[in-house]
Amino acid sequence: MTLATELKDTSPEKLLAPVLSAFWDEDKSWTLDVYRRHEGYEGLRKALAMSPDDVIAYVKESGLRGRGGAGFPTGMKWQFIPQGDGKPHYLVVNADESEPGTCKDIPLLFANPHSLIEGIVIACYAIRSSHAFIYLRGEVVPVLRRLHEAVREAYAAGYLGENVLGSGLDLELTVHAGAGAYICGEETALLDSLEGRRGQPRLRPPFPAVAGLYACPTVVNNVESIASVPAIMKNGKEWFRSMGSEKSPGFTLYSLSGHVASPGQYEAPLGVTLRQLLDMSGGMRPGHRLKFWTPGGSSTPMFTDEHLDVPLDYEGVGAAGSMLGTKALQCFDETTCVVRAVTRWTEFYAHESCGKCTPCREGTYWLVQLLRDIEAGKGVMSDLDKLNDIADNINGKSFCALGDGAASPIFSSLKYFREEYEEHITGRGCPFDPAKSTAWADKRTEVNA
Amino acid sequence: MTTTPEGVSLGMPQLPAPDYPDDVRARLERDAAEVVARYPDSRSALLPLLHLVQAEEGHVTRTGMQFCADVLGLTTAEVTAVATFYTMYRRKPSGDYQVGVCTNTLCAVMGGDAIFESLQEHLGVGNGETTDDGKVTLEHIECNAACDFAPVVMVNWEFFDNQTVASARQLVDDLRAGAQVEPTRGAPLCTFKETARILAGFPDERDGAVEASGSAGPASLIGLRLAKGEATARVVHPRDGGPHDEPQDSVHEPSPTEHLSSHDAPQDTSASDPAHPAGPVAEEGE
Repeated sequence: MTLATELKDTSPEKLLAPVLSAFWDEDKSWTLDVYRRHEGYEGLRKALAMSPDDVIAYVKESGLRGRGGAGFPTGMKWQFIPQGDGKPHYLVVNADESEPGTCKDIPLLFANPHSLIEGIVIACYAIRSSHAFIYLRGEVVPVLRRLHEAVREAYAAGYLGENVLGSGLDLELTVHAGAGAYICGEETALLDSLEGRRGQPRLRPPFPAVAGLYACPTVVNNVESIASVPAIMKNGKEWFRSMGSEKSPGFTLYSLSGHVASPGQYEAPLGVTLRQLLDMSGGMRPGHRLKFWTPGGSSTPMFTDEHLDVPLDYEGVGAAGSMLGTKALQCFDETTCVVRAVTRWTEFYAHESCGKCTPCREGTYWLVQLLRDIEAGKGVMSDLDKLNDIADNINGKSFCALGDGAASPIFSSLKYFREEYEEHITGRGCPFDPAKSTAWADKRTEVNA
Repeated sequence: MTTTPEGVSLGMPQLPAPDYPDDVRARLERDAAEVVARYPDSRSALLPLLHLVQAEEGHVTRTGMQFCADVLGLTTAEVTAVATFYTMYRRKPSGDYQVGVCTNTLCAVMGGDAIFESLQEHLGVGNGETTDDGKVTLEHIECNAACDFAPVVMVNWEFFDNQTVASARQLVDDLRAGAQVEPTRGAPLCTFKETARILAGFPDERDGAVEASGSAGPASLIGLRLAKGEATARVVHPRDGGPHDEPQDSVHEPSPTEHLSSHDAPQDTSASDPAHPAGPVAEEGE
């Protein structure tokens, strides 16, 4: 798919493309000083020299797609905002990063919050908004501190507030800390939460672009999507399109975690493969092999070692039967019990189900009961079909995507690892030793040997 | 939550919550006005205001909810509905330090289950319970967006990355002993109440709090180092000798009695905490 794949080159210098992460290793990388030293807020100057409509068109032509999971074209979202309607427009940045496995926005905001703030100013100029919000999940106080400070710096430097850089744009930016609810990552639940209500999703249509925050036209974008905009404005859409593929252009953050030798953030052009990322970073932990992995968090159907060469872009992952999601590459080796993994994820969905719709509220509850029994060796064979059936009654029949996400690990694990479920039933228990999966398992063996 | 100190209700309606003392109320009203001013619609201030009243008392009390209702012109029912929806609002008195062990799949598998199990035994408390000295409240938490640092423990929502059973035990011991504890990512710990005030939107004014722990954690830099051709990144992996490994093992070398073999591991993984079942019953607690 990508040039890099054709070259079969595993050199990290060629395969990786740090943009947002380019100077995270510098001292005080989160400060305005350091950001400016790396041409920070230059993208904004370019944008302010254009008309707002031209900025929207430019972002659209760059091909930037939403980095929060769905991959919707960012510029198109901006274009949906009705102009000249006399209503206030709002930009709400979704920083409620809570999808299991997902860990890209939090390090990004910790090390480089100004990339988001610059992107926010550009976006607000484009959609004619004078008030933006960052909805940050509450459980990440270190990030909240740096956002508070970065916003303060941006106001002091004239990037926020009245008449931004003499452009005539007035812009308020409010950092809003959530209070612990995965569902608030769903954009309409996020809006309800930001309005001071229980975070429950809204019926769509009307979409947020028409009736969002306070029933006004609202753009809800993921952190990484907005933070990518300044680089596009600064370096040009052609530069952006030179990375990745035709339909999935650009760079993005891949988060490698689990039983790998080097977990962490890898910023690369879209379309890199897990094999390439593992090859360059030391592979799985020594002496172990990949068993299953998620391409984009627990809500994306899992893959196995058969999928190591799937190009990690929207089309590639979709064609292989999953979703790119948040590019949260959680890798589990052969010591991991897939039933245990899926049970825990399902417990998460049941805990986080907001209770608004019946399929999700009841379905996730019963999935947990069945899975706990199976894992404990108390299941029967017919439970497996029942699992599938319940998941099928949640998937596509729930009010929002949380239900679909809950069904994904069930379907995909039954597809690839049905024998392992059966083993739990026939063997009356779990055949795995959880101690062997821990980060310290092999180290201890050596020590104690 | 149904077991109140007053015991079984005999049908008498609950009396209105007592008000804050005048000076407290006046101070909170000034803070609340600042919070409300950030939003085009006052009701948007409800979540931060609930953090604010939690900063006052350590948990969200009926008095706190009444205060939010008064400030925003809402009913206490409306405020209660919101306060009980979100997991970060505590509904009973708790410790100065909230120790949350991630037991979502990835952290659980990497050792979070063993850590949580061990801390329960070490502290003699279950999920959501507080030690007798009022210092530590232990709970298991969901994915906290730090999977590349697994297993993760959060204390007052600061990151303690790449934990082991030994390091986590040492951590809670230090907290109970009153030692100054520094997270791997975040600022030197303040109390839960002080943390709640930051969450209400009031910046941390302590010197050095924003810059504490540096620009980024080691795992966040792995890809960048590789891209820059810094070969060390390929040799030194955080789990095989990274900066976090050394202090943990040298500070507290596990003795044979607490070494981590299979008998230390949680036996019943999925039902790892029957006291905290996944259904809506637990969410509302009543």
